[in-house]
Amino acid sequence: MLPRPYRVLARRVDTRDTVTLELAPVRDRQAHRLAAPHGRSRPGQFNMLYAFGVGEVPISVSGDAADRGRLVHTIRSVGAVSEALCRLRPGDELGVRGPFGTAWPVAEAEGQDVVIVAGGIGLAPLRPALYHLLAQRERYGHVSLLYGARRPEEMLYVDELKRWRSRLDLDVLVTVDKATENWRGAVGFVTTLVRRAEMAAGSAVAMVCGPELMMRYAAAELLGRGMAAERVHVSLERNMKCGLGLCGHCQLGPSFVCRDGPVFSFASVRDLLQTPEV
Amino acid sequence: MWLEADAPERLAALLADRGYRVIAPRVRDGALVVAEVDGAAALPTGWYDETGPGRYRLARRPDSDPRAAERFGFTIAAQAWKPFLHPPEVRLLRAERASGGSLRFTPEPPPERPLAFLGVRPCDLAAIRVQDRALTASGAEDDVYAGRRQGALLIVVECGRANATCFCASMGTGPGARDGFDLALTELLDADRHGFLARAGSDRGRALLEELGARPASDLDLGERQRLLDATARSMTRQVDGEATRAALAAGAELPMWGSVAERCLTCGNCTLVCPTCFCTTVRDTSDVAGGEAERWRSWDSCFGLEFSAIHGGTVRSSAAARYRQWLTHKLGSWHQQFGESGCVGCGRCIVWCPVGIDITAEAATAVRQAARSAETAAGRGGRG
Amino acid sequence: MIKDVSALLAAHPVFAGMASDRLDFVAGCGWNVQFLAGEAIFRFGEHADRFFMLRSGTVSIEIRPPTGPTHRIETLGAGEVLGWSWLYPPYTWQFDARAMTDVRATAFDGTCLRDKCEQDPSLGYELMKRFARVVTARLQATRLQLLDVYGTPG
Repeated sequence: MLPRPYRVLARRVDTRDTVTLELAPVRDRQAHRLAAPHGRSRPGQFNMLYAFGVGEVPISVSGDAADRGRLVHTIRSVGAVSEALCRLRPGDELGVRGPFGTAWPVAEAEGQDVVIVAGGIGLAPLRPALYHLLAQRERYGHVSLLYGARRPEEMLYVDELKRWRSRLDLDVLVTVDKATENWRGAVGFVTTLVRRAEMAAGSAVAMVCGPELMMRYAAAELLGRGMAAERVHVSLERNMKCGLGLCGHCQLGPSFVCRDGPVFSFASVRDLLQTPEV
Repeated sequence: MWLEADAPERLAALLADRGYRVIAPRVRDGALVVAEVDGAAALPTGWYDETGPGRYRLARRPDSDPRAAERFGFTIAAQAWKPFLHPPEVRLLRAERASGGSLRFTPEPPPERPLAFLGVRPCDLAAIRVQDRALTASGAEDDVYAGRRQGALLIVVECGRANATCFCASMGTGPGARDGFDLALTELLDADRHGFLARAGSDRGRALLEELGARPASDLDLGERQRLLDATARSMTRQVDGEATRAALAAGAELPMWGSVAERCLTCGNCTLVCPTCFCTTVRDTSDVAGGEAERWRSWDSCFGLEFSAIHGGTVRSSAAARYRQWLTHKLGSWHQQFGESGCVGCGRCIVWCPVGIDITAEAATAVRQAARSAETAAGRGGRG
Repeated sequence: MIKDVSALLAAHPVFAGMASDRLDFVAGCGWNVQFLAGEAIFRFGEHADRFFMLRSGTVSIEIRPPTGPTHRIETLGAGEVLGWSWLYPPYTWQFDARAMTDVRATAFDGTCLRDKCEQDPSLGYELMKRFARVVTARLQATRLQLLDVYGTPG
């Protein structure tokens, strides 16, 4: 599958190593017939982003899935490709293939309380889900966002967090692992927020994203509160070269994370996550 | 139908004339390989192979041996047909960046000449169909594979002999071929006659038989074919219980066998190289110095490599035990869940080409045995295990 | 007042399911307290003779090194139990606790409870078990905090 050229419209620095890019497809050029179609993504899906001459990496869509004109990605610089993507400026072009993967269960969650648990950059793949919930707010019960970051200066979307927190129909609880002198908020690992989330545990739906260790412990806390493992959803990450289920790299047991995931119910992956080196 | 002994050469010439790239077995560098035929097909007449765990020997029968005239007296080539349908290295696309920064992507065109495989063993035919399922019929389609597979002509030659490492009979993939081919030949050689029973599996196959002037085969010859195939199947000493292995591996992540096999496994990945169904690949993006032209290349990769399961936090499967477990569990276990069939066709190449002779059939049996013991222990503890 | 505090205790996971006479006894050792924002609740090294059930506000657990700023290692809020050092020797506080906001809490007389546990070991065992859960949950969360899972690797 061929990448489609996209142009950077805007670039915003989130933290010292994370950048959010707003992209739009290049329409003034004839795209090859084999190019990936510009599909509308669903919350939780990802694209393969290509930095010219450097390589491709899977990055979750972090913007509003309903916005057809703009594609938003939040990228953390951890290697050669992501670093090259983070250095792009408005006007630069990159290649996009996708969207790929499974989505957060926003439809299944209708009528229920929803708990969103985000750790670090895990807030990025969850933001589209939150946008969806807020856009259809009347279809959901109580909604909480539990967000943990390493330090206050490493939090994403701080302005938006403040706006969300001022809403009366959304609980926003935030904590950091390491406080700075000026931090007046909670200190402690994000799992400590779970006991404060308001929800009818028997029927609530949870969407959890962050480092795999964090997701495992957060899921355990949610289950400890009485949630069903089938209704706790996580977003997993594995080495991906194709995004299509053809290169074999992203296998987790029998699943291809690019195709059967990245969003999985905790029930379906719990045993795999607990088995070392699977 | 019946064809004379020169049928393979005549087929090769005919297909080359038609514009096919004809690939057939030949002897090269002390091994039996499949390679493009140039000029007259130099089939390995009289050559035969003897294999064992970590052992491969190729020899030619002396002229005095009645079997010296056999065209297909060997079992399988060292490498299967995989390199032609699923190339070890291929360019996927070219990218250009204009001075203004605009990008343009151009895909690699498919090859112009269709492939004709002459001498596909039933196990290798089964492997091609396994790769068909994995790469073109399970979701996204692999353009590179589909471009080469489409229009490929498959001429199967059934096996009149099995090697010590063959176990196609227990995998249900041989020594005879049922369907999925254009032509299937069975070599019959005795004091009276030497030729090939031929069955067409497609319109193209039927047309070829007509062109070659095939005549109807006798019932005696058809009976001889069945006896030959039965004898070949019976001679196989190795087997795998597919279903029991699948079930054992499904819950087998903690079996003691992984630690033991890891003491022998070098994680060299030879098995994945010679396995006709392994399909994992990696990509490499390059660019020229000026930064105006870039290419993406795809090449074979192996789950035995350390970087295969690397994410930015480190490698998930870093121990040899975990990597061997991944390969075996995928091949004989989770392949079923992914593609509805086994990933193994019983060709035995992994046994032959493993430098330390690890035997997949023995490991499969170990998995079944250890899984049963583990289940017994759990039951013995009153099901509390 | 005892019944109010008993009800408060009974609703808390640490004390839930405890026999009502024992709850009443523990409640009898309790009294309401308030701290103003910034006020110290206890300090490292002081004799640990009480624990608190936080009712509102936020408390920060801190370590003050000899030089440099105080490290805030954790915050606790409404509904959480503050303090277990009263139950385990050497019965001294291992950290500082300070009210970050105005805090209302119920304090419980640890010395009185400890003496009663010596006389009634089965009460002692029960309190040990229940407070162990507070300690283990805190330990687990702290370990995850230490792992620095969000950090850039390598």
